[in-house]
Amino acid sequence: MLKIKNLKADIDSKSILNNFNLEIKPGEVHAIMGPNGSGKSTLSNILSGKKGYKVSGEVLFENKNLFELETEERAHKGIFLAFQYPLEIPGVNTNIFLKTSLNAIRKANGEKELDAIEFLKLVKLKAKNLKFDEEKLNRQLNVGFSGGEKKKNEILQMSILNPKLSILDETDSGLDIDALKTVADGVNSLRKKDNSFLIITHYQRLLDYIKPDYVHVLMNGKIIKSGGPELALELENKGYENFN
Amino acid sequence: MREKQIDKLKDYKYGFTTDIENVRAPKGLNKEVIEFISKAKKEPKWMLDWRMKAFERLKNLKEPNWQKPKYPKIDYQDIYYYSAPKSASEKPKTIDELDPKLLETYKKLGIPLQEQQRLNGIAVDAVFDSVSVATTFKDKLNEVGVIFCSISEAIQKHPELVKKYIGSVIPLTDHYFATLNSAVFTDGSFVYIPPGVRCPMELSTYFRINASQTGQFERTLIIADKGSYVSYLEGCTAPMRDENQLHAANVELVALDDAEIKYSTVQNWYPGDEDGKGGIYNFVTKRGLCKGTNSKISWTQVETGSAITWKYPSCILQGDNSIGEFYSIAITNNHQKADTGTKMIHLGKNTKSKIISKGISAGFSDMTYRGLVDISSKAKNSTNYTQCDSLLMGNKCGAHTVPYIKNKNPESNIAHEATTSKISEEQLHYCQQRGLNPEEAVGLIVNGFCKEVLQQLPMEFAVEAQKLVGISLEGSVG
Repeated sequence: MLKIKNLKADIDSKSILNNFNLEIKPGEVHAIMGPNGSGKSTLSNILSGKKGYKVSGEVLFENKNLFELETEERAHKGIFLAFQYPLEIPGVNTNIFLKTSLNAIRKANGEKELDAIEFLKLVKLKAKNLKFDEEKLNRQLNVGFSGGEKKKNEILQMSILNPKLSILDETDSGLDIDALKTVADGVNSLRKKDNSFLIITHYQRLLDYIKPDYVHVLMNGKIIKSGGPELALELENKGYENFN
Repeated sequence: MREKQIDKLKDYKYGFTTDIENVRAPKGLNKEVIEFISKAKKEPKWMLDWRMKAFERLKNLKEPNWQKPKYPKIDYQDIYYYSAPKSASEKPKTIDELDPKLLETYKKLGIPLQEQQRLNGIAVDAVFDSVSVATTFKDKLNEVGVIFCSISEAIQKHPELVKKYIGSVIPLTDHYFATLNSAVFTDGSFVYIPPGVRCPMELSTYFRINASQTGQFERTLIIADKGSYVSYLEGCTAPMRDENQLHAANVELVALDDAEIKYSTVQNWYPGDEDGKGGIYNFVTKRGLCKGTNSKISWTQVETGSAITWKYPSCILQGDNSIGEFYSIAITNNHQKADTGTKMIHLGKNTKSKIISKGISAGFSDMTYRGLVDISSKAKNSTNYTQCDSLLMGNKCGAHTVPYIKNKNPESNIAHEATTSKISEEQLHYCQQRGLNPEEAVGLIVNGFCKEVLQQLPMEFAVEAQKLVGISLEGSVG
């Protein structure tokens, strides 16, 4: 599904990622763990299409060169990023944002757009599953939401859009234990043989609830070690500094 | 050609009877031209005298120059002040002759073909639905006694009303452009709502059959008698093809005791091209008088067109307990300029006013909110709330807020809030990551920014206005 070969990324002529390689197959869950400044957020930014980076190497998504696709085209093809800091958009009703988003993606894929009634039915169901306060859906997007609510809102969007590849950028940071479980439930409910996940995190604790197939340790812009779920535990015990 | 027209003019003076449809007054501003207009419209003498008074006064007036957008000097002798609807041979014959960009916009707005043709002055000779619509519509209004016609017709058929109210809100001598309009206005709308009547439908120029080509000096007069209500829609969300560069319209509203007038405008005149060439100068004077107690006037405007927009729809709150409201969205892109806002003049006791202004500037454009809140010493216990928000896109445009606040009454209260923000790269990226293209993203963010004002528009207008907001900003990202 996703193949990253020799990815190099610079910002303001500072090297962030270097010789980065990763392959994610359909249905797999990969976790990337790394300390602050190791290049985790840069990776999610680049995969989502954020501007401002100088990149080289190759990133293929379903055998398509990702660098030739605009941000929204990547979204249409099924890439979803749960933002580390979800944005506030004043005046824009959350439901309307979700509906606009879902229909933009459906339209791009030649699917019928949902009308208001069909959409509300869907969103109600998903919100209920995620224990997301329905009343919040009628508020301005992320405005006045707590940190946890914002993160849950990302997972709600993810579950509505049902993407092929979901990238979770430090979704666990700032969550209390209940919210963490809800987020994990959301991810687990989407786990299917065609849906893949890339979970970016500092901590092992999210991985208690979402069992990854692979864990990668990212340091100084490259993956220094890959392994199974046990690697996360090892990291947690040793700390990043002593890991090398 | 010109001589021929002057000949015609001479003929006209002496009982000219030729069909006025194909007549154009010669260029220039003088007594003869004003007489020509007045006669062409079969006006009574008092109306001509009124125009002449304005013309005399105009000689001593100068164009105002305190506004921010400057414009090249206008040669008033180089303008046609009266031009009856063009003959079919001069109009574009089919929709294919029009600018493809214009057609693209119509498509995006979902404007039906027939409406597109009407907007561009294409003669529609098939059975036109709107004729029957207009007839049913007129019957319904007649039933309740509402008068809705062109101002020319009103001058002939309802002189007592016109005479009483014309110039009662915008005096003949008000300022250069208002006075110019008083001298040379060619047409516009007239509305009278009798006491106690709630107008059964939204009134819109769309339904007035003879609304086309009212031209550059429009004059509108709306009177809501005691206890009545009317909602009036002006303009159209689709871009209007127009060769006239200067538009100096006057709109006067009068609300008597317990009456309410809601006046909504969507202005989308030609803004000029991407390099700022061409475009309309929209210099409009709009003023409402809350004459009676408990009266209310509410202005809502969406200004997206014109090269220069210069207007301040205002309320004079004369009656005790009267209410004035101003809701505005102004959008400038490319090289457009706007200097717009309102004036709330509190004269009566317990008067209230509310101003919500949303300004969006993109490209190389420049936007100024200019507003006056004036609470007189007699306006006890009056309040004003003003909120001015500006949104910038890119770093080559400008936004300015210039509030003038005068409070001469210690028991009254004025509150002013202002914000300036920018659409951030992060917000755009977020929306794009959710599948929206940059233009859809901007449309969504800007509509959110404008929400409070869009909500004030009548339903059928609001949907189109929302699309228009997005379309006006096309090309401003990426």
